[in-house]
Formats: sequence, C-alpha cells, structure tokens
Amino acid sequence: MGHTIAARTPGVFYRRPSPDAEPYVADGATVAEGDVIGLIEVMKTFREVTADAAGTISRWHVENEDEVTIGQELVEIDT
Amino acid sequence: MSSTSGVRSVLVANRGEIALRVIRACRDLGLRAVAVYSDADASAAHVRHADAAVHLGKSSASKSYLNVEALLGAVRSSGADAVHPGYGFLSENAGFARAVADAGVTWVGPSGDVIERMGDKATARATAEAAGVPVVPGSGVVTSTDEAVAAAAEVGYPVLVKASAGGGGRGIRPAGDDDELRRVVDEARREASSAFGSDAVYVERALQHPKHIEVQVLADTHGNVVHVGERDCSLQRRRQKLLEEAPAPGLDPALRERICTAAADLAREVGYVGAGTVEFLVEDGEFFFIEMNTRIQVEHPVSELVTGVDLVAEQLRIAGGEALSVDQSDVVVRGAAVEFRVNAEDPDEDFLPSPGEITALELPGGPGVRVDTALAVGDVIPPFYDSMVAKLAVWGPDRATALARARRALAEYRVEGVPTTLGLHRRLVDEPALVAGDHDITTLEAFLAQSS
Repeated sequence: MGHTIAARTPGVFYRRPSPDAEPYVADGATVAEGDVIGLIEVMKTFREVTADAAGTISRWHVENEDEVTIGQELVEIDT
Repeated sequence: MSSTSGVRSVLVANRGEIALRVIRACRDLGLRAVAVYSDADASAAHVRHADAAVHLGKSSASKSYLNVEALLGAVRSSGADAVHPGYGFLSENAGFARAVADAGVTWVGPSGDVIERMGDKATARATAEAAGVPVVPGSGVVTSTDEAVAAAAEVGYPVLVKASAGGGGRGIRPAGDDDELRRVVDEARREASSAFGSDAVYVERALQHPKHIEVQVLADTHGNVVHVGERDCSLQRRRQKLLEEAPAPGLDPALRERICTAAADLAREVGYVGAGTVEFLVEDGEFFFIEMNTRIQVEHPVSELVTGVDLVAEQLRIAGGEALSVDQSDVVVRGAAVEFRVNAEDPDEDFLPSPGEITALELPGGPGVRVDTALAVGDVIPPFYDSMVAKLAVWGPDRATALARARRALAEYRVEGVPTTLGLHRRLVDEPALVAGDHDITTLEAFLAQSS
C-alpha cells in the first residue's frame, strides 16, 4: 500500500537538520510512525515533518530546499 | 542637485515595510530608489513604489534577499551607486558590506570591519570596556565546562551562557547553579557551532528584573557623533521585542544622560559611521552594555516621532558624505511615542507563524498615528520571511495621551485573513505595569503566562 505524506504548513522543505548533516531518512529507509523525515521553515521557524504512517520511503515528490505549499505531497512511503 | 551629493541611486536590499520606509526616504531626498524582489514579492508594495525593480530569484530568502551574487548583479544592472540593507537579511553581514564597497558602490552603514567588530559579542564587550562603558559582569570566551564553572564563581549565579557569534536573542542559555551550568555549556557550544559557525561561548551574570534600554546614535564621516535619545524595549517574548517606546518611562534624568553619553562614546571609540543602536540593561540605577546593532532598527519610528529627526534620511545623507543635519543640542525629546509590532502570529497558539492572504485591512489614522506596513488587501503574506508585517507607532504630547491614542488606534486597526498580535496589544496596553511604566524584561512573559 502506498501512503503520501503532505506538508501541513507552507514554507521551505529541508531533508537535513542542518546543511552539512546527513538526511533525516535515506532513500529506501524504513520509518516508524512519528519519525522525523524533514523540516519545513516557515517565517524563520522550523517545524518538523513526521511520518504519519510506518513504512519504507519509496519516492520523493520534492527536493531539499524546495518551496512547498500547504497540502503539497512531499514523499510516498510503502506501508 | 540632490541633498546627498555622493549618492543618487539607492538599491534597497530588503522587502516589506522597511524597504518601503527606505524608498520613501529616497523620495523625500530626490534620490532614485531601486527595489529588489523574489518570486513571492513580484507585486509587493516596495516593488510598486520604487523607480525600478530587479528580480533576484526564487522565494526562499537564501535564493533572494540573502543571495549576495544576485544582489551584486542587481546593483550592477540597475546602475545604483549605493546599497541600503534595511534590517535583518544581510544588514549586519560584513562580507556583503565589503563586497558592495569593493564594487565601488556606497554601503549605507558602517564599514565591514566595524560590523564585524561589533557583531562578535565578545569583541564588542571588550570594545565597550575600552571605551569606559560598563558591561554585564562576565567572562571571556570559555572553552571547557571547568572554565565556565570557574567563571560563574567569579560573576555570581544565576548566569547566562551566550554564544559569542550569536544575536537576535538566539544562542543564550540560563543556568542557576554549577550542575545546570555543566549541562548547558556543552549544549550551548554545540548549538553555537551549528547555528553561528563558532563554538565560542562566554558566561555572564543574569540580571533579574532589568529594563532593556537602547540608545540611537548617528555618526557621520566628518567625526560628528550624536545620540538621538533612548528607547525602552523591555516588553519582549523569548527575547523578541513586541512593544517599544521613547523616551524610557521612569528613567532618572542623570542616569539617562550617562547612558546616552556612553552610547555616543562607544560609537566614537569604534569609528562608527551611520545609524546604530547601543543596547543596555538597566537595573537598580546601574547600566550595562549588552550589544550594538550596526543598522537601522525596527523600532526607529518612536525616536523619529519624539525628536523629529528622520533617521533613514540621515543614513542616506551620511552615506553621501554629508555632515549630520543636527548637532547634539538640536536633539530635543518632545512628548512620548509607543510602537506596536503587528506580527502574523497566533498569540493563542504559542505565537504560531501564520502566513496567508489578507482578506480585509483597515488601518488606523488620526492625530499622532503612524502606520508602517507594505500590506494591502489581497496580498499573500509569504511563509519565507519574517512574521512582522506591520507596525503602529503613536505619538502624544505626554505618555498618558500617547497610550490613549494607542488604544484608539488599536481599536480601529483591523487585519483579517491571518491571526495577528493586534488583539494581544489591545490587552497589553491596559496592563498596569505598562501603564505605570515600571515594566521590565520579565513583564511580558509573566503577562502571557497569566492570561493563558
């Protein structure tokens, strides 16, 4: 089953906690519900994006530092 | 011939209300104003009101207003001979200031060297001490927990651990005793390293109920330095200012004179040029330097309202090589002014930043009221930048009248589509500590804790 995680706030999406850090989750990694998979910067504050289902990261719809709108699909996971 | 002989065309490297403020000053002086903009700001007020506008890049700040290459390109293509950085973004970036100067273009502000010297908190402290300006008792840079504990024993608990390269209220951690200090020092060094690129931290005594009082200074290239009075910016949440006023209520005149003189002395000591702000904490009749901001500040309108000095116009004149239009005896404080920051944040949801479309907007007016905003109905407040979207500044012949006019203006002020801090201001303006003028830097957080 596929599941899509969507942005709950508009802003700039980051896959890493800081520019020179490893991504929160690698492609193909397994995530549990509640795991942090990225950050969205909104008005100079950072909000964590968490997986709302458990599964395997299958396909990203956005890249690091992409501008995202509210409700935009970020990543698909195989549940 | 313009009144700012060395400058004719100013690129405003900013957005929102401060970009509009600078553009207005350019108009008043007969200078050409060049706006810059991101994708999100293509139809923004600062673009509409400028003489020319240059696109920088995508919406995120790093691709636009923080994009040095794009900004230098805009300077070249627009033919601007000066750059005004506003506040925030690259306004205190020494590298950008130098790059502008190296391109043969006038930087509206102090030199990159001065920005760098005052931007590093430890260096700024040492500079203040050299100028005879008192600083909060504290240590030099500490490189281990043991050093920090030894330093805290000298300055006395409670202490604050501060990142040397920090700013804007960030990179600061409190500690009440040795155990807590040991816990936070390593944390603070790690955080400082990732946030500011340097793990240098120092230990400073934490004052308990100080007022935040800052002094506006102006310095020209001819060696003239004046102070333009002080502001009280004690009402802060998480070290972010929400309401500011001038003059500082309840400040003893002799102490005021010493604080303002100290600020001017410090500006002289560093060879300052332009408009700047020297920030102090004031407690029990003592004052201590905390930092200097080497740019125009959000709250500059309250100083303008009580002195009649146009600080942004002075910045542009100074950049053009002119002497200050005022000397110290011309700076006379008349009446009182209060500024309220209107942020697109939800005070009922822990100040959640709230971008979105402005569906209705009614701005206040009448005697003593000044509104600084770039917002219009139908504008979308983008998620990419600061949440401060409008300011209300109110003047009265005395403080009670200013506050009465503020209540009237806040009642008129209506922003719909996004939550704002306006409702909070309407309650805050009746808070007894504010009305009495005896508020300090703990007042706002106590008020918020009580009202939630």
